[in-house]
Amino acid sequence: MSTARAAGILLAKELRLEFRTRELLTTTVIFALVVVVLFSYAFDPTAAESRRYGPGLLWIAFLFAGSLMLNPSFAREQSNDTLDALRMAPVSSFAILLGKMLANFIYMSLAEIVLVPVFAVLYNISLAGVVGRLILVLILGTLGLVITGTVFSAVSAHARMRELLLPLLLLPILAPLLIAAVEATASLLADPPELDRTWVAFLAGFDTVFLTASWLLCDYLVEE
Amino acid sequence: MKDTRSSMSGQLAGAVLVCALLFFAGYAALFIAPDERTMHEIQRIFYFHLPSWITSFSAFFVVFLANVAYIITRKPKWDWLGVAGAEVGVVCCTIGLITGPIWAHPVWGVWWTWDARLTTTFILWLLYITYLLLRGLLEDPERRASLSAIFGIFAFLDVPLVYMSNRLWRTQHPQPVIAGGQGSGLDPVMSKVLAICIFAVYGVMIILYHQRYALERLRHEYEELRFEVESRAADAASMGKGNR
Repeated sequence: MSTARAAGILLAKELRLEFRTRELLTTTVIFALVVVVLFSYAFDPTAAESRRYGPGLLWIAFLFAGSLMLNPSFAREQSNDTLDALRMAPVSSFAILLGKMLANFIYMSLAEIVLVPVFAVLYNISLAGVVGRLILVLILGTLGLVITGTVFSAVSAHARMRELLLPLLLLPILAPLLIAAVEATASLLADPPELDRTWVAFLAGFDTVFLTASWLLCDYLVEE
Repeated sequence: MKDTRSSMSGQLAGAVLVCALLFFAGYAALFIAPDERTMHEIQRIFYFHLPSWITSFSAFFVVFLANVAYIITRKPKWDWLGVAGAEVGVVCCTIGLITGPIWAHPVWGVWWTWDARLTTTFILWLLYITYLLLRGLLEDPERRASLSAIFGIFAFLDVPLVYMSNRLWRTQHPQPVIAGGQGSGLDPVMSKVLAICIFAVYGVMIILYHQRYALERLRHEYEELRFEVESRAADAASMGKGNR
């Protein structure tokens, strides 16, 4: 079976599991909303300040939400030893990883589709005219988050205190992604909006480096 | 027995030599090196700040090589080298992070600034502390070795990205003075003192490395022996039940 087809089947399995309960999606969205609300308490921003700090706040909310949401990705397989079943299936380990990455990408994107409009309303930021370019930045940033996050979720699944460990592993690695995503988003909220191509290229580079690394190392990641 | 004794005396000689070198380096940095024109005495911390930075980066590079070697060969010795390097690197990096602000406060007027090199070093320090933390939380030795090697490789790949992203902001750290282009360069006495300090700190690093590696090897042997004893005891217990 080709890797793409296997990954597609595994993706369908992940989505079916999640949409039976939708617990991951609801908790992620609510958690990110809580972060957004708490920020407004902590900083009480004016309209001009919102434009300045908004992108940073938005991406920090995504990163925190992502580092919590990615936890069950592999941990969920452990409780019923279903990872062994996946290993026995005639699919490459990269297909297993890719299926999970795609599923996590879909969850994260769905959460962002809810959060970005809410964020724009709460902080009085007008997104009209930049939606297409903003989606590009969101896709590239989210890809970087789920690529590294899914790999580290496989790492932390075997450790003690794994719920605490994943954010610790993930957030320092994501520091360059955070800078790039925040700067790219800020360039879209500036007046006049102009997408900063350097940061977009940087995000694409980040995604490429870590996707290649996960492809090279996936056999050791999913092994017995 | 004789073998261990001769290696012990070798180690002792090495430690004495490094201690002497370190004392001499400290003396040279404080009394032999000439006064710096604008920064005066505070500049002398540079003779230990730069070496600690160099050693921590070389230690982290060794961690990366050891991680890659472990993934390819699966020999436990590369795992021991990796953990030894991470610990030594974190120690040297901590020294760099402490001496830096002590120098920066009188010279720049601030303890800390989020400039490219400082931020990169700080994130590097966090990454390798996390690496050590991760190792402590993974029970199974083989899994600990392979999963921490994967994290180590990801962490090392992240370093140039952190540096580039910060560089695209702005940078305040002084440019490299030794080969940093026109107008750079050290006074000849200064560079000699610096070379002694680098050798001394490298010596300390190698001794720590050696000790930590040996400790990890012993720990590995202990774990294997304990496993052996436990499985034999379990065998004996089940045999005893069978006889009854």
